[in-house]
Amino acid sequence: MNLPDSAAPPALELRGIDKRFGTVHANRGVSLSIARGTIHGLIGENGAGKSTLMNIVYGFQPADSGEIRVQGIPRVFGSPQDAIAAGIGMVHQHFMLVENFTVLENIVLGVEGRRLIAPGLARARSALAALARDYGLEVPLDALVSTLPVGLQQRVEILKALYRGAEILILDEPTAVLVPQEVEQLFRMLGRLAGQGKTVILVTHKLKEIMAVTSRVTVMRQGAVVAEVATRETTPRDLAEKMVGRAVLLRVEKTPATAGAELLAVRDLEVVDAFGVARVKGVSFSLHAGEIVGVAGVAGNGQSELLEALAGIRVPRRGEIRVAAAGGSPAGSDPRARRRLGLAHVPEDRLRMGVVAAFSAEHNAILGYHTLPEYNRGVLLDGDAVRGACERKMAGYDVRPANPRLPVSAFSGGNQQKLVMAREIESDPRVLLVGQPTRGVDIGAIEFIHRQLVGLRDAGKAVLLVSVELDEIIGLSDRILVMAGGEIIGELSPQEATEEKLGLMMAGVREMAEGGSRNPEGR
Amino acid sequence: MESYTIIVLLLAATLRVATPLVLAALAGLFSERSGVIALGIEGMMLGAAFAAAAVSATSGSAWLGLGAGVAVATALALLIAFACVTHRGNQVVAAMAVNIMVAGLGPALALAWFNLGGQTPQLDGAGQRFGAVLWPWAQAAREAPFPGLLYAELLSGHNLIVYLAVALVPFSAWVLYRTRFGLRLRAVGENPHAVDTAGISVTRLRYEAVLISGVLCGVAGTYLSTAASAGFVRDMTAGKGYLALAAMIFGKWKPWPTFGACLLFAFTDALATRLQGVTLPLEGVVPVQLILALPYVLTVLLLAGFVGQAVAPAAIGVPYSKEK
Repeated sequence: MNLPDSAAPPALELRGIDKRFGTVHANRGVSLSIARGTIHGLIGENGAGKSTLMNIVYGFQPADSGEIRVQGIPRVFGSPQDAIAAGIGMVHQHFMLVENFTVLENIVLGVEGRRLIAPGLARARSALAALARDYGLEVPLDALVSTLPVGLQQRVEILKALYRGAEILILDEPTAVLVPQEVEQLFRMLGRLAGQGKTVILVTHKLKEIMAVTSRVTVMRQGAVVAEVATRETTPRDLAEKMVGRAVLLRVEKTPATAGAELLAVRDLEVVDAFGVARVKGVSFSLHAGEIVGVAGVAGNGQSELLEALAGIRVPRRGEIRVAAAGGSPAGSDPRARRRLGLAHVPEDRLRMGVVAAFSAEHNAILGYHTLPEYNRGVLLDGDAVRGACERKMAGYDVRPANPRLPVSAFSGGNQQKLVMAREIESDPRVLLVGQPTRGVDIGAIEFIHRQLVGLRDAGKAVLLVSVELDEIIGLSDRILVMAGGEIIGELSPQEATEEKLGLMMAGVREMAEGGSRNPEGR
Repeated sequence: MESYTIIVLLLAATLRVATPLVLAALAGLFSERSGVIALGIEGMMLGAAFAAAAVSATSGSAWLGLGAGVAVATALALLIAFACVTHRGNQVVAAMAVNIMVAGLGPALALAWFNLGGQTPQLDGAGQRFGAVLWPWAQAAREAPFPGLLYAELLSGHNLIVYLAVALVPFSAWVLYRTRFGLRLRAVGENPHAVDTAGISVTRLRYEAVLISGVLCGVAGTYLSTAASAGFVRDMTAGKGYLALAAMIFGKWKPWPTFGACLLFAFTDALATRLQGVTLPLEGVVPVQLILALPYVLTVLLLAGFVGQAVAPAAIGVPYSKEK
């Protein structure tokens, strides 16, 4: 790896970048200096101003004031085109790819050369062969992007930037969509790029990644830089505290589970999607009082459909769902019937299924429970009771701002999620189904939500936790079910579950030879 | 008449009926490929039909009429682009507003200017309409049934706009799939964020696409009032814009299949015209209403049943904003 030459100017230098959106002060005099050939981390909670800062560097939005210097030369970016010309490339969290274009077409988009595209495509093909050789970045150039796995799509994004001559590569939350093995591959690739003199900026909220690959890290909070340190001189706990501004528990503290009676039994459940394709294939498991069972899996392997079938949103094609109510009666078939049996559901997609974003917080806080007598007076809603209930929930779950009349769209992701959690947990369920409880949620709120889930467990309820965050699964679960291809392909205890082991199982590799994992039903 | 002659004449009529559909469908294709819903082609066509007939009637030149038709349709396209792209308005509402405005404004202006009950004067002077272009030896070839009649009726004897429409199909395909503009156009309708981050202006691309659709609608409207008929009458597009959109969807937003769909729709239309008053064995005289409904029934059936998975450009109808 090249040693940063102290005489050379930094690859990227920001001086006093300031940006306001109306009343929001998104960046407050941010200054930052990044040496050439290094991997630099940028962390902060949602809304800390990381994305705004990177959008300014990429020419997406202009700064109100401040200076950008690239390789020591002051630059003014009016558009991404200017930033690209200055050698800055960006890999966005949501890929900026045209799905029904080939890899090659995606790469040349915007740098086609002349009016006809054929010569540009030919030129790109040979240039990409050279890039593939130099950096080990192989992709099938003529494949449609939509047919590629996510890891390869990300590689296309990186190639796109390199093909445009990027010397500085910004990656925004690059690992959010990857399985652990792909993350490892990405990091090896970034190491190779830095080794060849490229500068990499890694924007993330995952402390473990910062610790693994960066050499320096900048922490932002509320629009300002609060710390810039060498990675080896810091710890995840220290970084988390700087991010949040107070001490946080990264690891959920909990006592061993004392599993009780069976509360939910699923036998041979099969769920099909709208096209008649089986998404859940003969799944069986049970859920006991006083335990959290985690379902791990790469997104799209049937977890969502499983959760929706349990919540009564999808009608399974076959199989049995039994909720231990009085006499263990078979579960009713729609969400309201399930709710009556004590089965509450925090949906994966909060904005689509969890809340009505345009409605006020107080109305969202009773959605699904709005027919309960306590909220009604005759045929009318009892406004005072609804508001009072919402105020109590907001106080109990630290929802901010604590204004029941505000539309839910005005709350941050974490506060929306706390409101949904409050609604479902306060309905006093026997079983709580939770999907992606901390997606798009700040680190401080994550801690709170995790404590609520453990608290519910300790109160003798059962929790089924579906999440793509392996840390969350390992940290919270008392048992871990791994789903791949619509089946439960194994069960692990959190003690024996490592990211590597889970990652392999999530990729569809059954039972490792020894590992002591049990398989339900002895399949 | 022997059946061979009937078939040739039927095909020639198909081509003439298809012309405005092809032009409008290509207009829709450019607009929708860029991500802007093309419901406004009905209004743009109608506006152009009125302008072309009015200018041709006053000036005596079909070419000036064409210029006026294109100018008016392009101005309406600009209006739609301004509402939908610059101000990110609802594309369906903006397009329907234009359609309704034109449907009322055309006859109103015609009444004020010509005082003929909302129509323009009959275009019967020399040069006021686009006449048939006779290919060399067409008259002579007519005598020899095959291939003479085919040559004389199907290839020769249409007006310029018909030939233009046919030529525009391969041209559009070439633009869409072989040029830089085409690549960017297809990209912006699928994922405008990708286009923006690649340093290309989404706004400019969409304006260009909508303006192209305006020009094409201008030609289509001119054809209706100064080539297919002789003057403008109220509501003379009669839903051809929507029919063209149906053809475009049936053709999956691709030039050649769209052309095929236009021909199919036009063929049923030509067939319907020819079938009027024809006595079928066993059935007797086919009711006119049934025959006239045929093209529309076919449209519904095709769109409902046989399109398969018509996948629209992913970003269609969604105004672009950086913040998403």
